[in-house]
Amino acid sequence: MRAYTQMIRLRTMDTILQDAQRQGRISFYMTCRGEEAIHFGAATALTLEDTIFAQYREAGALMWRGFSLLQFADQCFSNESDLGRGRQMPVHYGSRALNYQTISSPLGTQLPQAVGAAYRSKLQKKESVSIAFFGEGCASTVDFHSACNFAATLKVPVIFFCRNNGYAISTPATEQYAGDGIISRCRGYGMAGIRVDGNDMLAVSAAVHAAKAYAIENSAPVMIEAMTYRQGHHSTSDDSLRYRSEEEVRGHANHGDPLQRMTSFLNAYGMLDENRRTQLEDAEKLSVIKAMEAAEKKPPPHHRELFQDVYKNLPTHLEEQEEKLRDHISLYEGKY
Amino acid sequence: MFRISTRQAAMLPAYRRGLASLLSTTTTPSISPPTEQIGSAENSVTDMNLFTAINDAMSIAMRTDDSTIVFGEDVSFGGVFRCTQNLKQDFGPDRVFNTPLSENGIAGFAIGYASMGGTAIGEIQFADYIFPAMDQIVNEMAKFRYRSGNQWNCGGVTLRAACGAVGHGGHYHSQSPEAYLAHTTGLVVVMPRGPKAAKGLLLSSIRSPDPVIFLEPKALYRAAVEEVPVGDYELPLGQAEVMREGSDVTVVGWGGQLRVLENACILAKKQYGIEAELIDLQTILPWDVATVEESVNKTGKLIVSHEAPVTSGFGAEVVATLQERCFLSLEAPIQRVCGYDTPFPLVFEKYYIPDEFKNVEAMRFVCDYAQ
Repeated sequence: MRAYTQMIRLRTMDTILQDAQRQGRISFYMTCRGEEAIHFGAATALTLEDTIFAQYREAGALMWRGFSLLQFADQCFSNESDLGRGRQMPVHYGSRALNYQTISSPLGTQLPQAVGAAYRSKLQKKESVSIAFFGEGCASTVDFHSACNFAATLKVPVIFFCRNNGYAISTPATEQYAGDGIISRCRGYGMAGIRVDGNDMLAVSAAVHAAKAYAIENSAPVMIEAMTYRQGHHSTSDDSLRYRSEEEVRGHANHGDPLQRMTSFLNAYGMLDENRRTQLEDAEKLSVIKAMEAAEKKPPPHHRELFQDVYKNLPTHLEEQEEKLRDHISLYEGKY
Repeated sequence: MFRISTRQAAMLPAYRRGLASLLSTTTTPSISPPTEQIGSAENSVTDMNLFTAINDAMSIAMRTDDSTIVFGEDVSFGGVFRCTQNLKQDFGPDRVFNTPLSENGIAGFAIGYASMGGTAIGEIQFADYIFPAMDQIVNEMAKFRYRSGNQWNCGGVTLRAACGAVGHGGHYHSQSPEAYLAHTTGLVVVMPRGPKAAKGLLLSSIRSPDPVIFLEPKALYRAAVEEVPVGDYELPLGQAEVMREGSDVTVVGWGGQLRVLENACILAKKQYGIEAELIDLQTILPWDVATVEESVNKTGKLIVSHEAPVTSGFGAEVVATLQERCFLSLEAPIQRVCGYDTPFPLVFEKYYIPDEFKNVEAMRFVCDYAQ
């Protein structure tokens, strides 16, 4: 039920924050519409010890670990509370406390990093894994290939989780690969793999649970390919109706939507009814709006943070550049 | 001063033999540069060549920090340049291992390992092959701490790569890519000039809280032999070293080029009576502007020399900064004596490289200009 509530929370947050971008209140946003079962299915099968290396469409996994609506909003509004100090675009979340590595825009770079992190776990003899999420488009990158090969040859406990959602921006999967999805490549790498219905939260959870156990016991990587559908646009910079039909999108939204399936499931087992569901949706809507309004009011971080954390300690040349900026701003105060 | 044995001198290409014989017969060494030794456990020294010194540094690092791992192509058997010899025997295959042939994989793996608190020493066999790793280096390694708001960092990364002219390397075994790396803020880029500097700088690099790219002049692996302290010592990063004091002209270089420049200084003194001040930057990024600035204010003349092609080489950064800071002290236009804007050629190497004769002429030019 907690996972279901959060699926609603995530869907609501996506809807409202996407609207916020359309209204010019935030600069950019990416939704996870249609892939919520993957996020919560995976996250519920893992513990905080398992390091997550996400791509950019896995906010639900972070939410499950405890990232609050306010924290999501703070990052999207680039305010003084953003853990990332307003340095990156919206949805580039990261939390050391929740063992969720900071998102970066380049695709695939997280994959060999996840292998290195898992190697560390292995040497420390921890009963934990790294999990790297990526889309089917990302599976075409060179980092994907290197990561798979390294993980298998070095015998590393990492889960490679592919969200095959049918599109890489406008490029359909049929133009992304000629083989049988991504999972068919496992054999070539000498790696175990499983394909799963990505819109069935319980199936995803079972797969990740099994993968983690296998990975730790055998000190070996496992790939999971979760079949799903990207219901939303790639991002707020994309209008997906330019390359796919409304009927196609509606078809997936009406048949097989993960939230709908979970609703049916819970209804069938008497854990949910129409009233309860409406209550949950209303409550989440209020929470999201409250968080968003609170985040929007906060100021941005101080501009001295432009120069910090490039290196651990501020080097001389950056001190000098910061001083130059300070002098410049005092001359042209009103312009900034 | 480097000492080269007669046997080693005989192994070098002809144009370097003349140079080598000059080195081995020099009786008066140049002024010994002061080097800081922090935390030196023992006072004894021993002869080491560059690969031995590097090997020793890694061994000490692995002994003092058991999260340290060494990996890359062919490191297991000792490495194509012997830098990793005996490490697997001493520390085991979990900590010293071969990776598949993939520089982006090596870099990414290093970042991930370090992000979880470990010390990762990755080897890139030739700096010419660092380019597949540039996405990981530029977009990830250099921005890792900054983009996370200092929640995450990969300071435990050290990527070592063999660089520079070797006499017969051609396009793909001779490159010096420091300019590409120096343009990537967030990285530390280091290039030692010899065994003693290499050991101390490598230990500092491995232990640095920032990710370091450590470029090793491959021509020096066997050929350069120096007395190197056997203990655990570090040399400071971000600090240049004045190797030779003089008042007529400042000469700046890094890595293997310092051997050439030392000879140029000796020749310039002999042929033209020029007293040159020779500075080894040691760290390319962040670089020690203050030391060079102080020198140029004293001499009023500057030569910057590097093997990499002149256009947009790191020399351009040094020149731009010094003309800005020392404009009124300058008595002559700053000279760059660098490789030509061509791919590194094989049969034409002796024409291509910025040798001691070209540097002597540059020194003479600025001194004449100033009169």
